[in-house]
Amino acid sequence: MSAFEAAAGRGDLNHVGYDRESRDRRYPADELVSKRIIVGYGFWIFLLSDIVMFSAFFATYAVLVGATAGGPSGRELFNLRNVGIETACLLLSSFTCGLASIGAWAHRGCWFYSAMAATCILGAAFLFIEVHEFVGMVARGAGPTRSAFLSAFFTLVGCHGLHVTAGLLWLLTMMAQVFAKGFRADILRRVLCFGLFWHTLDIIWVAIFTVVYLMGVGQ
Amino acid sequence: MLGKLTWAAIPFDQPIPLFAAAFVGVAIISILAWITLKGWLPYLWREWITSVDHKRIGIMYILLAMVMLLRGFSDAIMMRSQQALAFRSDGYLPPEHYDQIFSAHGTLMIFFVAMPFVIGLMNFVMPLQLGVRDVAFPTLNSVSLWLTATGALLVNISLVVGEFARTGWLPYPPLSEITYSPGVGVDYYLWSLQISGVGTLLTGVNFVTTILKIHAPGMTYMRMPIFCWTTLASNLLIVAAFPILTATLAMLLLDRYLGFHFFTNEAGGNVMMFMNLIWAWGHPEVYILILPAFGVFSEVISTFSGKPLFGYRSMVMATMAICILSFSVWLHHFFTMGAGADVNAIFGIASMIIAVPTGVKVFNWLFTMYGGRVVYSTPILWSIGFMVTFLIGGVTGVLLAVPPADFILHNSLFLVAHFHNVIIGGVLFGAFAGYTFWFPKAFGFRLHEGLGKASFWCWIIGFYVAFMPLYVLGLMGMTRRMQHYDVAAWRPWLLIAAGGAVIILAGIILQIAQLAVSIRRREELRDETGDPWNGRSLEWATPSPPPTFNFAVLPRVEGRDAYWAMKQRVRQQGRLSEEPAYTEIEMPRNSATGFICAFFATFMGFALIWHIWWLVALAALGAYATFVVFAWRDRVEYIIPADVVARIDRANRSARSDALIHVPGAP
Amino acid sequence: MSHFEQEGDSHYADTAPGYERFDEHEPAEAFVSYLVGLGLATLLTIVSFFISGTTLVWGPSIPVALVVLAIAQMGVHLVFFLNITTGPDNVNNVMALAFGVLIVFLVIVGSLWIMAHLNHNMVPMDQIMQMQR
Repeated sequence: MSAFEAAAGRGDLNHVGYDRESRDRRYPADELVSKRIIVGYGFWIFLLSDIVMFSAFFATYAVLVGATAGGPSGRELFNLRNVGIETACLLLSSFTCGLASIGAWAHRGCWFYSAMAATCILGAAFLFIEVHEFVGMVARGAGPTRSAFLSAFFTLVGCHGLHVTAGLLWLLTMMAQVFAKGFRADILRRVLCFGLFWHTLDIIWVAIFTVVYLMGVGQ
Repeated sequence: MLGKLTWAAIPFDQPIPLFAAAFVGVAIISILAWITLKGWLPYLWREWITSVDHKRIGIMYILLAMVMLLRGFSDAIMMRSQQALAFRSDGYLPPEHYDQIFSAHGTLMIFFVAMPFVIGLMNFVMPLQLGVRDVAFPTLNSVSLWLTATGALLVNISLVVGEFARTGWLPYPPLSEITYSPGVGVDYYLWSLQISGVGTLLTGVNFVTTILKIHAPGMTYMRMPIFCWTTLASNLLIVAAFPILTATLAMLLLDRYLGFHFFTNEAGGNVMMFMNLIWAWGHPEVYILILPAFGVFSEVISTFSGKPLFGYRSMVMATMAICILSFSVWLHHFFTMGAGADVNAIFGIASMIIAVPTGVKVFNWLFTMYGGRVVYSTPILWSIGFMVTFLIGGVTGVLLAVPPADFILHNSLFLVAHFHNVIIGGVLFGAFAGYTFWFPKAFGFRLHEGLGKASFWCWIIGFYVAFMPLYVLGLMGMTRRMQHYDVAAWRPWLLIAAGGAVIILAGIILQIAQLAVSIRRREELRDETGDPWNGRSLEWATPSPPPTFNFAVLPRVEGRDAYWAMKQRVRQQGRLSEEPAYTEIEMPRNSATGFICAFFATFMGFALIWHIWWLVALAALGAYATFVVFAWRDRVEYIIPADVVARIDRANRSARSDALIHVPGAP
Repeated sequence: MSHFEQEGDSHYADTAPGYERFDEHEPAEAFVSYLVGLGLATLLTIVSFFISGTTLVWGPSIPVALVVLAIAQMGVHLVFFLNITTGPDNVNNVMALAFGVLIVFLVIVGSLWIMAHLNHNMVPMDQIMQMQR
């Protein structure tokens, strides 16, 4: 390890190549790029692709929102009180997820675990309410096979719900990994990615509750 | 227990697929037997299948593409011969079969020939040109490769077990809905593309991150080779467009599997939304294919003209302009669907505007060649052939961009001729140019030049003979995808087109021969110096083939055409630069994750197609378990000791020193 | 090793989204950032819910107001939770985001515009079926 790598002292360095703009004042100019930046940026690009996928579902929803085929429309089906609770749960979970990231970076185990557990509970609460809503709608004959509008609704909101479910699975896996391996550099990178993912899900939810629920009921 | 799968799925009563399946089956078994008996399996597993080296993965992508080219081309030969024969007769392919053939032809060629070919080239070349050791996420790279292979495998399995889609390469509803396509064909198509689509998207993420975040010291954006710029643009388009494909195919799957109503005729479904979304993906897709080919031509033309590329900045701007504009034209694929004059006019004008940056590129290539000393090697032949052919194809595209003209020509053979003109003349010629150009770097010996030139001439002559008649036929009113016809005036043109296909077949045979002969004569064709073409960019600074770590020490870049500048300095000073201080190098470990993930994905796809639900659950669990095992790894890198690095680099340096300094006439 | 100059080099460390500023700042500052983000987002959410059901605002402007509030809230998330700022170290992240936003805009607005025209000109299938009965 050469002198400047030793001086750099940042967790782990990827010897793959140099960082395009790394001009950190504390470290020498030809700083090797950090894996944290590569992983963070790569995951950000992936999240943008996920957002594009959601936009395709949004576009379809917007086109089909009037195609109720004689069946129920949003106004008859949506319960804004539940949506408000869901929104509160998800927003708070985003906050607790942020707390968990702080805990992880500060290497504070109990801070990390409790914040992650809170995030998990809030996320699960969100899912519970959403599943409850879906089941209720299906029971009332307003399932996804009833009309194009309902197909689009269930797919858009359901896709978000699936992402939340996958996120919860990931959350539990991260807690297990930290438990097994501690706050190792690569585990921290994954916690970073998880945080990005969870925050992005909340951003998408903002679009969903605005476009689907608030505008759907407002007509 | 086995869902919808029964013995009736195997086409015992259809001789052609049965024969094809038997032939392929025998070929696969003999190759596997040969490999096993020769004892190559451990080597293949260790060095290739579990490799996360971008060079190896790139080569495997291209191998996949070439094998699939043979399958796709045999579909083409069948189509041409059917149309040549089927004048007032049924030909030899019944409609249900013919429909599957043209659908498979398009699907294979776009998704499993063109895409893997350009991705393979970008994979191999881009990190070398950037002067770095690998892409940002090497294991993800391997996952992408194997998921793409899974998709190709599933499409090929449909030949033997079940059927393929009969909808054309884009499964328009309502034909592709469960009501009108109750068989498994469309499901094979959908799951195969969903799985390989994941792989492609991950490639996009990987390459964008690599180009924007990792490079050799001094390699700023404006010093990158143009091939890296086109790689960046192409992968940005992958990241932006493939999610739309995923969403649209998912909606069709929901309609088919769960009775949703996105694109059905009843309950409010809107068929037209499918066309809208699929082409919002489909148009960027063709730019994803052509941009890397443009990059190849930039590299080849500047190298073989002995001049730097003319108008670097305008090339960069043109590339990024094409990237952005490609998202503004997609309606031109369905002018006739009824959006009206206003909408059609705007998209028509946008489609014409997008021709402008391409024109800028063509002029820059011409000006690069002008005043240079052009060496007429095989790659430059492909490039010149491209410029002429793609120009014609592009011009017919601008013609089709005029909505009133398109109303006559939409879905006629004119359209078919146009897109083959640009895809073969652009993407395929670029792929072949890149293949010939970088082959010595990848394998250490050149391809046989004479056979290369012969195959080029067969391809280009065959292309014109096969496709120019189709323009005429389109103008005469012949629609695409016809299984039989009774218009006598069309017949001679279709016969000529079939002849063209045979000439292309000769070109393909010559390419196979070229490869075989080159391998046999590899010592004569050996590339001793690593720089067989007097190249300009950094990949030519490495030995052929490059070591795992690419560069012993990441090179310092001080301008464009980085390697050319290094060579000039060496020639002037009469000696190489000082030997660097060699240090140990960490490289990522091999991983079976990609292969195993794809293994489970194959079973999951197959099970989903045939409704074998327990197998779906099992395979999904397996894929998840693989992922968790990968995530639980503790050792992810291995170390190459400094003395090994030194030994390899010193050999490279002495080869270079011989080549550059003791050249007759040099100072 | 010598200091080398790059074209257009900036003097700040490159960052990625979510890149915690803990190397340079206290956890307390990050905590405050999350808290402020939570507060603003909550406020915007409450206003959205309120506006959607109220008669205090001119009816046809409600969808516009909702969209503006949603975009504002997304901005709050991006800045306070995801750390996307406009500093020179964040250029790549902002460019990527801008690209994504452009694509989302083209897909959604483009699709809506196209489909509106298509639906207007082309009679939907179920109406044709009804006409034939």
